[in-house]
Amino acid sequence: MIPEIGNFALILALLLAITQGTLPIIGAARGIPSWIALARPVVQGQFVFVLIAFSCLAYSFVTSDFSVLNVATNSNTELPLQYRIAATWGSHEGSLLLWVLMLAGWSIAVSVFSKQLPDEMVARVLGVLGLVSVGFLLFMLFTSNPFDRLLPAAMEGSDLNPLLQDPGMVIHPPMLYMGYVGFSVAFAFAIAALLSGKLDATWARWSRPWTTVAWAFLTIGIMLGSWWAYYELGWGGWWFWDPVENASFMPWIVGTALVHSLAVTEKRGSFKSWTVLLAICTFALCLLGTFLVRSGVLTSVHAFATDPERGIFILGFLVVVMVFSLLLFAWRAPKVGLGGKFDLLSRESLLLANNILLLVAAGSVMLGTLYPLIVDSLGLGKLSVGPPYFELVFVPLMTPAIFLMGVGPIARWKQTSLPTLVVRLRWAFGVSVITALIMPYFMGEWKPLVSFGLLLAFWVIASAFVNLKHRLSNSGQGSLFAKLGRQSRSYYGMHCAHIGVAVFIIGVTLVNGYETEQDVRMDVGSQVEVGGYSFQFNGVNDYVGPNYQGIRGDIAVLKDGEFLRNLHPEKRTYNASGMSMTEAAIDTGIFRDLYVALGEPLANDAWVVRAYHKPFVDWIWFGCLLMVIGGFLAVSDKRYRLKIRKKEEIVTKPEEKTVEPVDVAEAPASAAVSAPAMATETRKV
Amino acid sequence: MKPRHKKLAVITVSVAALSIAAILVLNAFQSNLVFFFSPTQVMANEAPVGKSFRIGGLVEMGSIQREDDSIRVRFAVTDTSEVIPVVYTGILPDLFKEGKGVVAQGRLSANGIFEADEVLAKHDENNMPPEAAEALERAAEAQKAALTQ
Repeated sequence: MIPEIGNFALILALLLAITQGTLPIIGAARGIPSWIALARPVVQGQFVFVLIAFSCLAYSFVTSDFSVLNVATNSNTELPLQYRIAATWGSHEGSLLLWVLMLAGWSIAVSVFSKQLPDEMVARVLGVLGLVSVGFLLFMLFTSNPFDRLLPAAMEGSDLNPLLQDPGMVIHPPMLYMGYVGFSVAFAFAIAALLSGKLDATWARWSRPWTTVAWAFLTIGIMLGSWWAYYELGWGGWWFWDPVENASFMPWIVGTALVHSLAVTEKRGSFKSWTVLLAICTFALCLLGTFLVRSGVLTSVHAFATDPERGIFILGFLVVVMVFSLLLFAWRAPKVGLGGKFDLLSRESLLLANNILLLVAAGSVMLGTLYPLIVDSLGLGKLSVGPPYFELVFVPLMTPAIFLMGVGPIARWKQTSLPTLVVRLRWAFGVSVITALIMPYFMGEWKPLVSFGLLLAFWVIASAFVNLKHRLSNSGQGSLFAKLGRQSRSYYGMHCAHIGVAVFIIGVTLVNGYETEQDVRMDVGSQVEVGGYSFQFNGVNDYVGPNYQGIRGDIAVLKDGEFLRNLHPEKRTYNASGMSMTEAAIDTGIFRDLYVALGEPLANDAWVVRAYHKPFVDWIWFGCLLMVIGGFLAVSDKRYRLKIRKKEEIVTKPEEKTVEPVDVAEAPASAAVSAPAMATETRKV
Repeated sequence: MKPRHKKLAVITVSVAALSIAAILVLNAFQSNLVFFFSPTQVMANEAPVGKSFRIGGLVEMGSIQREDDSIRVRFAVTDTSEVIPVVYTGILPDLFKEGKGVVAQGRLSANGIFEADEVLAKHDENNMPPEAAEALERAAEAQKAALTQ
């Protein structure tokens, strides 16, 4: 009964989504107020029905209703409750339902937080979101219905993939989807602007916080995925350039370009067509990612579905979305007009260069990801692209981009002079070069690549401080704290995110440069020395877990002969599936992780053991976290919160005025117009 | 600066970035493409000598042998018509089992043993790496063709 209610709720949601995707858009085009007014209530209705469907599926999982095919294939009575709930989105069908739920949730958020937007704009945005929702609901109902029955019902379910039975996997998919789906809001804003023909700085200001939030969520999602791979896959890597990882990384790169391009559009009115194109591309890449991951063309833990029909449906949907959006773009973009002019050397041009580098990087990742698939589908044989390819291509492309991260925030809009930049940044450059040259000695050995990576990281940090110092000295009178308090949150957000990138680079550089990995045979009582630590193997013992049989190893960690702690890596065999799983044991520290995992048993109670010393590895994820915090800081800026009061002004402001370049010299903090994320004081109000 | 110049500069920068990227990509691409061969193809000397490639198939039953004093392991990969002996130093993945699908990457030594430096098994018990599945399919087709002749 409950699954039928869920199924019925999905069908109703589809009908509402069709209404949402048509009437408000037509209403906005024809000027029919009652149709425009329909948008918000229909969105709320759709959300309610999708939520009902999702709850029904969750209920079926919690109560282990094995007459539902999806539950029978992804759950088990022995599965602990939290994983039974997580299994709701652990399968292909369930994850699509989660996607649609997120989309409905984002739509509700748009309808609630867009009170200050003109009604027809909201109607168009919600309409486009409705159309996206139609696509996914059709996909779900026709090819992957989560409520399909299994008759006669199974006596027992075949269990959730043990790799997914982990807290990291419980929150990774929702976060990633928040990001993917969030970019559909950015996409909807772009399409709505094209439909209305009003593509101006006001539009960029509306769209920007949504895009930043989506970007932040995608960052969290990727970070959690990487962290999970590190501790759960049992061999201590944090990024494999696996096609599935690339599938989420490509929208992230283009989304990063979009976030920066939107800054230019909001502040200067330039790059309008470019920004719209990026918004379309980012969303298309999110769909491509879904196609790659869900269609089963890839070998991966994510590829639940190996049904070609599903892949073709998503591919078809992707093609429809792309063709429609690009045609609309081709039709409307020529009318958009140019924004503020800028010089060859200006913050605009630096951001443009950064955008190009990011896009080229995304393109090369795409080539490496799709080439094997294309060759295979043409029947030219099977091949794969090794991870060294991505490293060889990515590092040289990102190096100039990271250099520009230091220069961009200091450069002025419209026009900046090279000598001023050089004067202002020479100290930052000097300090970062010296630190980068000296630092590796403290790690034990000087390596050119480590020094180079550190140079990039210190450059970003040092130039951020130079920027802050300069800005403070131009922020009028008062104590240091008063001056600090006067800076906007979006300014701090930008630096926080940029320093996050630096911290990330430090982590990657040092772990690549100085990690020690040892796979060794260990007899009971024997010791192995890794990275200055001794690991003593004290044997294993058996134990029984909730839904698995476990073997727990006992390894003592010693430093200079002194006992530090015991680590207990595990080997589990899950009852239902018979799958075995390695659980690594990690001693986490600010400056290093100690990582041990059990390999295989050998004769005489000996085991093959992995013992790793990973310096600074946690900085990788901490850096990502800083980027996320930066994103949310920027969104909490008061200019987004105060806009309700300024509604009148924004709406009535003629377009030319908004786009008109502001003479930077007018601003009180003239020389310190800093963050791309930051309006000059005069423009903000 | 005139808009015309600005446009020119932007185009120059883009073209330069794109060509650098193209050079990087093609260079890196060439040296990092890893091709896949089935045991039958390896036996027919189709696989490159001295260059890294991938083989795939099933782990032959009863073929796994761990050496006692090191972490080297020997096993054989079969596509049901040919068998390739493999030697690997290190820890095998959790889902590596006799009779299950596997993909190994490495080089072929002079004495016909495949020296693997990477062994992959699928993350999911029920499925097989696509390369391994394809190797089996090809061998099955070849056998069928041989029978009907």
